[in-house]
Amino acid sequence: MPKIKMHGRSPNVDMTPMVDLFSLLLTFFMLTATFRPMEPVPVDTPFSISEKPTPDNNYMTVMLAPGAPGTPGKVYFNFDNGPDTILHFRPKILAEMGKHYNITFTPQELATFEKLTESFGVPIQDMKKYLALTDAKERSKFETGVPTDSLDNQLAYWVLYARQVNPAIIAMIKGDATVEYPLVKKVLDILQDKNVNKFSLITNLEKIEVKEAKTE
Amino acid sequence: MAQIVQEEKQKGGKKKPKKHSTHIDMTPMVDLMCLLITFFMLTVAFSKSKVMDIILPEKIQKNEKVEPPKIADSRTLNIILGPDDKVYWYPGKADPESPPPLQETDFSDTGIRQVLLERNKALFDKITEFEKKVLRGDLKISQDSLRSSIRIIKNEDDTGPIVLIKAYKTSKYKNFVDIIDEMSIVGIARYIFTDISWIEEGMVLTALGGAPAPASAPK
Repeated sequence: MPKIKMHGRSPNVDMTPMVDLFSLLLTFFMLTATFRPMEPVPVDTPFSISEKPTPDNNYMTVMLAPGAPGTPGKVYFNFDNGPDTILHFRPKILAEMGKHYNITFTPQELATFEKLTESFGVPIQDMKKYLALTDAKERSKFETGVPTDSLDNQLAYWVLYARQVNPAIIAMIKGDATVEYPLVKKVLDILQDKNVNKFSLITNLEKIEVKEAKTE
Repeated sequence: MAQIVQEEKQKGGKKKPKKHSTHIDMTPMVDLMCLLITFFMLTVAFSKSKVMDIILPEKIQKNEKVEPPKIADSRTLNIILGPDDKVYWYPGKADPESPPPLQETDFSDTGIRQVLLERNKALFDKITEFEKKVLRGDLKISQDSLRSSIRIIKNEDDTGPIVLIKAYKTSKYKNFVDIIDEMSIVGIARYIFTDISWIEEGMVLTALGGAPAPASAPK
């Protein structure tokens, strides 16, 4: 019987094509990646069937986060001038706010504020201290929510100045599903007082099959 | 992905100078790339969140006198968002003397949607018929004009209900979004958010099994 000839081939696998493919994939993912923006508190938005995507720029977000049980919840605010930061809306709006509350922000503080991307829930009086901190954990101590009381309605002024500086700004509301209605109503009222009558509610997409809507 | 390296057997004591292969071991590189790809795939936010537009009517200034719009009671449908994801509804107008009983339902497919569909059937059928025609290709219009044509159909409609949405104080933001969603699913042409009145608050309380409705209006 002839002996079975063993091939002297080494079991080496040529990895070059695999590496090629992986590099391509990696490049693709790195270039398309848009990271989820950091938020000071997690907010679970409710579901809807709306398929309209969120705009990329020219929007302000009022974030409604659930507070401790028994409290109405906190209001956070953010505005974005999008990727084109040439117009420097963020520091301008903060400067206007400071002017109204007799607080002068140094150029340094304005620059720090411009770099922040997350929503803030800080009364304007604490803003200086808030901006001086670099640690997110330390910052969260000041996150008591933007005051919305009728006595000290800072949210209304933020909305006012945001619209004055950037007239094209759209109001968006990002609410947690568990926030109670009175807070929503309050925010809607404040926005309506400032003549904002069109809102976009941020939601997650939930497909509803057509047959469900059809009956008989 | 470990690489298996087969040792070449040295033959018969003769020492050959070891031949270095020109192959580079790519395994660590592949390992690293696998990790990076996994990381990016998991962190990428593919599904951008969506927005739902609502337009509220302009607020009436305090010193401005505006006649409240006249709505036929037979066409109005009141929806009250209650606590614990409950929805109450009643047709017509609430009479403070003898408040109508509230119907309780929920946000499921057989809940408030059926109530709304029943009343909005004519309009709903019209819209679905129109959409079908476009899908079948009988009508050739672009996506944008489809939306505006539907809006025109809705504006011309005078059979569907006028839905007044009110929220009880312990209802959640989720309910608020859900009810707007239902409106767009069923294709309600006219709906509006109004403040809950004291009569209705009393009705909700009664429905919840709490204290009976207060007999007199609070000042």
